[in-house]
Amino acid sequence: MHLFLRNMSFFGFGQTAEIDIVLNDAETRKKVEHKTEDGKKDKYFLFYDGETVSGKVNVTLKTPGKRLEHYGIKIEFVGQIELYYDRGNHHEFVSLVKDLARPGELSQSQTFDFEFTHVEKPYESYTGQNVKLRYFLRATISRRLNDISKEMDIVVQTLCTYPEINSSIKMEVGIEDCLHIEFEYNKSKYHLRDVIVGKIYFLLVRIKIKHMEIDIIKRETTGTGPSVYHENDTIAKYEIMDGAPVRGESIPIRLFLAGYEMTPTMRDINKKFSVRYYLNLVLIDEEERRYFKQQEITLWRKGDIVRRSMSQQATIAAQRYEGSNPEPTSAQAKEETD
Amino acid sequence: MSEATVADTRRLNSKPQDLTDAYGPPSNFLEIDVYDPQTIGVGRNRFTTYEVRMRTNLPIFKLKESVVRRRYSDFEWLKNELERDSKIVVPPLPGKALKRQLPFRGDEGIFEESFIEERRAGLEQFINRIAGHPLAQNERCLHMFLQDESIDRNYIPGKVRQ
Repeated sequence: MHLFLRNMSFFGFGQTAEIDIVLNDAETRKKVEHKTEDGKKDKYFLFYDGETVSGKVNVTLKTPGKRLEHYGIKIEFVGQIELYYDRGNHHEFVSLVKDLARPGELSQSQTFDFEFTHVEKPYESYTGQNVKLRYFLRATISRRLNDISKEMDIVVQTLCTYPEINSSIKMEVGIEDCLHIEFEYNKSKYHLRDVIVGKIYFLLVRIKIKHMEIDIIKRETTGTGPSVYHENDTIAKYEIMDGAPVRGESIPIRLFLAGYEMTPTMRDINKKFSVRYYLNLVLIDEEERRYFKQQEITLWRKGDIVRRSMSQQATIAAQRYEGSNPEPTSAQAKEETD
Repeated sequence: MSEATVADTRRLNSKPQDLTDAYGPPSNFLEIDVYDPQTIGVGRNRFTTYEVRMRTNLPIFKLKESVVRRRYSDFEWLKNELERDSKIVVPPLPGKALKRQLPFRGDEGIFEESFIEERRAGLEQFINRIAGHPLAQNERCLHMFLQDESIDRNYIPGKVRQ
């Protein structure tokens, strides 16, 4: 019922007021491109976990002099997961509300300040094939018949520091008596602008190989238990060898990840979905037969280097302990420092 | 600790290759020729055979060189055996050309030179594709087809181990 009433306000029926949201740091805050569900790219303000979201809600009366009766004005900060096949159920993992005005009357346009202090944003924004995770601000004027509301999407990125343990991947695989190879990738965890350095060493070659390539596959998994669904997408295909190798030959791999559109690895987000990446080594023989070996890699997002002065760092540290709820220090650790 | 702004993209260390491996004959040598079509018999009982010569250094084949004579129905037999026993997707054979076997044709039918050449090329492509397949190489029927004098249709199907 509530959803229907909200939609009416988009058509402008009885639209006596306009509501919009403006961030306090709109001038300085960075914007990033993010794909929308229909594949287009739009720019949104970028936030990190722990950052404060503050701004103003402007309520503009369309007909000056005509009062706006309302049952309350509020602003919400929402983080939710939407599964495309189950649109009715939004899974909210962050839901904060600030009341801006108690039920009453507005006789003129008014601006309300809001601040969501040190908001937890545990997951990265993601728009995929079957699932979407988004964060948004929603300002609402509650009314008797139809609410007036406005949403403003933001994008959240999760940053990591260099992993402490990052072992290489090295494995011997093959088909008995036909093809034995040893492949090696220099790391198991790569950041989004990293380089995959590796090699393929041929131990036995009794088939006629025509060429070899390495593919990056993104697998989006939605659903749980019996209704798990995997959506595979080949993000990249990169030929690393053209021609027939012989025993003892080593083929180098050098694959720059910055050129591909990828997200960090997302594992079991809120128990709703996962996004994982795999390297697929493919050998193709002269009769177009394909021999392949898939290996998962972990992708993570490295922050841009931020050099903060000592006084700036001290200010931030002090801010974190203000107020009744001291913030966990994990938020600090996530920003890349040198 | 300051982080490098340029990633280390130097090659990983690898063992130097043995020169006999680098310049020696490759371990995947396998060549099969289908040639020299001969039509034997007279009248209605004629049929064409082809010479199938295999040269290889793959250890799974007992003989490194073999020459046998096979006719189209032998290739059909091999295809059926592989379709039944192995998990591979068997490539197609050149057509059976039943129309060419009907009477009152203006030409030589299945003994027409151009048709035999077309069929020969198709059979050569077929057998090379099969013989290079790692899974087909384990089948007894393939070894019998390529290296035994004649095909024993009462053979016991099975796998060949190296």
